[in-house]
Amino acid sequence: MTLTEKILARASGKPWVRPGDNVWVNVDVLMTHDVCGPGTIGVFKREFGQNAKVWDRKKVVIIPDHYIFTADGMCNRNVDILRDFVNEQGIEYFYDIIDDPKGQWKFDTVKGDFTRQFGKHYSGVCHSTLAQRGHNRPGEVLFGTDSHTCQSGAFNQFATGIGNTDAGFIMGTGKLLIKVPETMRFFLEGELPKGVSGKDVILHLIGEIGFDGATYRAMQFEGPGVGSLSMDDRMTITNMAIEAGGKNGIFTCDQKTLDYVNARVAENGTKSTFEPVEPDADQQLFYDKAFDLSKLEPTVACHPDPGQRKLAKELGHIALDRAYIGSCTGGKTSDFLAFAEVVKGKTVKIDTFGVPSTTLVLDELKATKWEGKSVWNILVDAGVRMTENPGCAACLGGPVDTFGRVNKAGIKCISATNRNFPGRMGHKESQVFLASPYTVAASALTGKITDPREFIC
Amino acid sequence: MAKTITSKVFVVADNIDTDQIIPAQYLNLIPTIKEEYEKLGSYALAGLPDDVNPIKFVPEGQTKTPYGIIVAGRNFGCGSSREHAPIALGAAGVEAVVAESFARIFFRNSVATGELYPVDTPVRICDEIKTGDEATLDLDANTLTVNGKTYELKPLGDVRPVIDAGGLFNYARQSGMIAKA
Repeated sequence: MTLTEKILARASGKPWVRPGDNVWVNVDVLMTHDVCGPGTIGVFKREFGQNAKVWDRKKVVIIPDHYIFTADGMCNRNVDILRDFVNEQGIEYFYDIIDDPKGQWKFDTVKGDFTRQFGKHYSGVCHSTLAQRGHNRPGEVLFGTDSHTCQSGAFNQFATGIGNTDAGFIMGTGKLLIKVPETMRFFLEGELPKGVSGKDVILHLIGEIGFDGATYRAMQFEGPGVGSLSMDDRMTITNMAIEAGGKNGIFTCDQKTLDYVNARVAENGTKSTFEPVEPDADQQLFYDKAFDLSKLEPTVACHPDPGQRKLAKELGHIALDRAYIGSCTGGKTSDFLAFAEVVKGKTVKIDTFGVPSTTLVLDELKATKWEGKSVWNILVDAGVRMTENPGCAACLGGPVDTFGRVNKAGIKCISATNRNFPGRMGHKESQVFLASPYTVAASALTGKITDPREFIC
Repeated sequence: MAKTITSKVFVVADNIDTDQIIPAQYLNLIPTIKEEYEKLGSYALAGLPDDVNPIKFVPEGQTKTPYGIIVAGRNFGCGSSREHAPIALGAAGVEAVVAESFARIFFRNSVATGELYPVDTPVRICDEIKTGDEATLDLDANTLTVNGKTYELKPLGDVRPVIDAGGLFNYARQSGMIAKA
């Protein structure tokens, strides 16, 4: 069996499963957020009754992150609906924006985006939070009401995105009926060269198989090249499995995985037992191809879909209006460090926005000093508009007052985020080019799509 | 249950993603609240760029679409897991989407909500017909007839009874998988 088949067999209490089987799996973690949480709660109450209780209050993780720092009253209301539900149900893990469990959230537009407006429980982007706060564990089954839930597969777990109705069903029963996907293996060899990162790997692979090349399938990453990839790189890779249509993305487990997970579950007091899976020698693969990481170059997905693969060095003729770094895909501490390595001591030429994915990233950027200066200040001094309020922000456009949102037609934006269909970051007649933090940084300096290797020693 | 749907068609090409089906700014609406469900319908396909799709799917100032069937190319519904996408289409009055292929989560959400029938076509129909053409979708014969030409579609199979029942919960109750409410 493949990694995905092994996990689904275990979760459904079967000795083995094969692609195409429909199985009821027991769910280890259900994650929801402010955009789909209220609707999920609505389905749960409609179907199981107003007084129904969730199947396990320790297995439902609620993370407000999408539309938080906005004056839109309905968005603010949605966060309050989550809080009421958490109080009613006694849900253990809720990363609320305010400290008062009886309070109401309202974004203060006078304080705005450059003043901290979160309480002590807030974290930020859901997928980053799951990893940092000890909710990702090898061998487990995780569902989330967000398509980038597949990111959690970096930790050798089965993780995929679902809608409100399925999530409401899980809330009431702890189970879901799913089809076992076929597995596509991406066998990674070699090590990434300087200036090339996990983002380039996944953009390369999506370009290879096409924007729907993994539809209904599992993308399994293994091989000797895996060991050289940081957990952050692995998260960036599995995060975008959905951009090739994948049901899930999943890595093998190694010491790096265990070290990361063990440290996070210990620090956060979350469940610490888990059982990783390994692929069988006779696993059946729908697709199997080797990729040499050392041959990869800075890669860009051009407007209007993540499969429009080009090399950064081929695109020097494309003039840009804006650069953006942030999101689950590109807003981790390591992403900002890569960005800062390029822009340090220089000044960006186009409007450039930075959104840390979580409060932990924000803290780390302020605490990390290079030659006596914090990375945060290095970015600000280079002209990057850094918000103090972590979250999804303009990665998916959002309400019109969202920090960094593209509100004008014709804007060309290079972004470290994950998706570039028309209108993704705001205006439906704008264009988004997806690239690594290195490439976004180099392009911000020149105002054109730029291969970052000329800026990295 | 015999089922045919006759309606004007709305025709789009490949990769109609969830941001085009329901732009992210409208995700502040909660689909289980009736008024907000209706409102989602009024914004269905509001994210289609005007230059490619000059005809409005939902006419200005209205909440329903005159197009009960959408015909699309590959990868319809790709992108986000937002259930608001099939719901917005269903709320606007769409009964079926006929496409060369569907993104996985959109397909699943269409079935789970029972909002619409996502039907696969083995041939590319969207290049041969235009928005406003009259079509008949026969879900028993698995055919779509437009402008006198009949296209063979792939059968819906196991998901048909789920959608017929009105979605996952109704189906699960009818078939005894979960207790009746």
